[in-house]
Amino acid sequence: MIDKALIGGRKYYGLIAVLLGVIGVGVLCYLWQFFYGLGITGLSRDVSWGLYIAQFTFLVGVAASAVMVVLPYYLHNYKVFGRITVLGEFLAIASVAMCMLFIFVDMGQPLRVLNVILHPTPNSVMFWDFMVLTGYLLLNLVIGWISLDCERKGVAPPKWIKPFIYLSIPWAVSIHTVTAFLYAGLPGRHLWLTAILAARFIASAFASGPSLLIILCLIVRKTTKFDPGKEAIQTLAKIVTYAMSINVFFLALEFFTAFYSGIPGHMHPLVYLYAGLEGHGALIPWMWTSTALAAIALILLVNPGTRKNENILTFAVLAVFFSTWIDKGMGLVVGGFIPNPLEHVVEYTPTLPEVMITLGVWGIGFLILTILFKIAVTVKEEAAS
Amino acid sequence: MYDGGKIVAGLIVFLAAVTSPIWYNVVTGKAEYKPEPKIVTQEKECVAPKAWMTAMHMTLLNDWRDSVVREGNRVYVAANGKAYNMSLQNTCMQCHSNKSEFCDRCHNYTSVNPYCWDCHVEPKEKK
Amino acid sequence: MGVNRRDFLKITGLGTLAGVGGKAAADLVFKGQAEAQEAKPREEALVGKRWAMVVDTKKCMEKIKKDGCKDCSIACHAVHNVPDFGNPKDEIKWIWQDTFEHICPNQHHPFTSENLEGAPFLALCNHCDNPPCVRVCPTKATFQREDGIVLMDFHRCIGCRFCMAGCPYGSRSFNWRDPRPFVQNAREDFPTRMRGVVEKCNFCAERLAEGKPPACVEACTVKALIFGDLEDPESEVRKVLHEHYSIRRKPELGTMPQIYYLV
Repeated sequence: MIDKALIGGRKYYGLIAVLLGVIGVGVLCYLWQFFYGLGITGLSRDVSWGLYIAQFTFLVGVAASAVMVVLPYYLHNYKVFGRITVLGEFLAIASVAMCMLFIFVDMGQPLRVLNVILHPTPNSVMFWDFMVLTGYLLLNLVIGWISLDCERKGVAPPKWIKPFIYLSIPWAVSIHTVTAFLYAGLPGRHLWLTAILAARFIASAFASGPSLLIILCLIVRKTTKFDPGKEAIQTLAKIVTYAMSINVFFLALEFFTAFYSGIPGHMHPLVYLYAGLEGHGALIPWMWTSTALAAIALILLVNPGTRKNENILTFAVLAVFFSTWIDKGMGLVVGGFIPNPLEHVVEYTPTLPEVMITLGVWGIGFLILTILFKIAVTVKEEAAS
Repeated sequence: MYDGGKIVAGLIVFLAAVTSPIWYNVVTGKAEYKPEPKIVTQEKECVAPKAWMTAMHMTLLNDWRDSVVREGNRVYVAANGKAYNMSLQNTCMQCHSNKSEFCDRCHNYTSVNPYCWDCHVEPKEKK
Repeated sequence: MGVNRRDFLKITGLGTLAGVGGKAAADLVFKGQAEAQEAKPREEALVGKRWAMVVDTKKCMEKIKKDGCKDCSIACHAVHNVPDFGNPKDEIKWIWQDTFEHICPNQHHPFTSENLEGAPFLALCNHCDNPPCVRVCPTKATFQREDGIVLMDFHRCIGCRFCMAGCPYGSRSFNWRDPRPFVQNAREDFPTRMRGVVEKCNFCAERLAEGKPPACVEACTVKALIFGDLEDPESEVRKVLHEHYSIRRKPELGTMPQIYYLV
């Protein structure tokens, strides 16, 4: 089936070329980082995780969202999603690949990364994160590939794949719960030390992932002969609506706990993010943009009239995607480090090489996505004719 | 087979190229070269016999590292009954203080880049 | 050819896996051992069951106010080849000063006594009894010894910086670039670190092994730093803690820090 990725029109190869260009720049910048050290980023002793880990945190959510397509179809026989389960699984593969790449580029000694396997440490959440991400990647690879292959041959998938599919459902929830546990168990970081963090992660995952899937489905419908189906997209939109509402609600809960209790440690990170602390407020415009996008998106999504209009829906889900990208990415990760444990405010700004490496990894993710989607769509086009 | 002549010819060229590291040195006589590490020290013996050390010094250093850093045991009682401090900088390099004439000779020849010296401070060599 | 392409690929793949996997397994099982010898601690090593340090803040801040004393930091950073990058972004520090309000946040109030207000306090790794950094390290590169010291194995650290996020005291620094060019007068008896690993105070484990006290304790001319074994009822730390009121940083977090401040 891989040969289907090699046959494409000018636009397809044009996209591949652009992605390869972006990836190339990212790789060059990474080589620089590899030999110089992480000092080429804007990270410091006080904000020791930044853009890379922010992308990783956001993308684990996007990866987990494949379950939102798999669950209704396999557990509840929602036939409408049958056309797009493979697309959801392939999106998950591309997302998990990006997650693992972002972790890799963030490591100070990347060549030693296998120490995590040589010296397994079950009390470390990061060890488990590594395990569940790898497992999820393999699960989706196997399930997606075999399902697609069977569709190509016009046969039903083999029986032995069912347990793996059922396993992928709680596994998807687990990858994002484990990632939330990376943050939620650290005693010194008050923005993260909240039981609801895992729930927030899942909610924003189910808002951001299906949003991206809707965009991809609309692109697929426009550029290929395969139509994912209006009803599938509408159901995804409903899922995004509910998930985003819950996500915003959970964020409001955080504000309540912080400000009604009045505990300084709980309030300070939120004050820094949304109003500035001690004269520092680099993230203020970002956080309020995220809030505005969330508000606009919810208004457009909750109202069935605007949700059913696919042009408006496009704008609304893009707003959801970017709003959660800011809020769960830089907002959450950088906000957790400010103020630092000694109550100083030290800000973080990503540097240009850091941004180029980030774009390079996104490029690799989209390259994987493009290739996998090309294969999937071609198979489905041929199966339909 | 179609184009059999070209394929076989290509295969032979490929095999020759890929095995070149093996036959090139023999043909040009460079296979005769053996690295000669030089020791400048008063000590008569190392913590272990020379042949064993040549083959196993990496493993020894790894074991020493784990013993010192992770277990806090810093004294090594060697086969010859003597007690040594397990330390690359403070024991090994006291005798083998000329890194460029000792360690580097074999490492350069075999193209090995141990990362010891990223952290461990090599002693200043007397020229 | 009797074998079709798919089967050929399967056989080759399995064969390679068996070959590589077999060798890896054999290596693991028959690991080369340094010839069976004895490894033991040094005879003169200081042995303790639970090392801790007490900071007499009154002596310390009086000395600092008198002449801007930084003896402990200077000694520690010299003995351990800690680099000086000259900019706060890349900064590495094992022991340093900050004010009372920052070291012990939420302990001050509008009517805090004048001698504590803005007073210089020392910050270093607390070598907690329940250390979050050890809990989160995915490779056990950060680990706790039996005698309580939280140590780093720089050979194993992958530079993920989870421990830096986990430490509630900001005690840890990271080598954002190669430190060697920035180490003034590198001592030949102690290594530096490489880029990409985390480092912090190690309670001078290498000096304790030689029977010497930590460098900061030795360097303090007013004896403001008292180091000893909490499990030894005769030790000076026990005596001092028994006779004076002491506080610790962020005790509500349950980390059980072992640096005590006499206030």
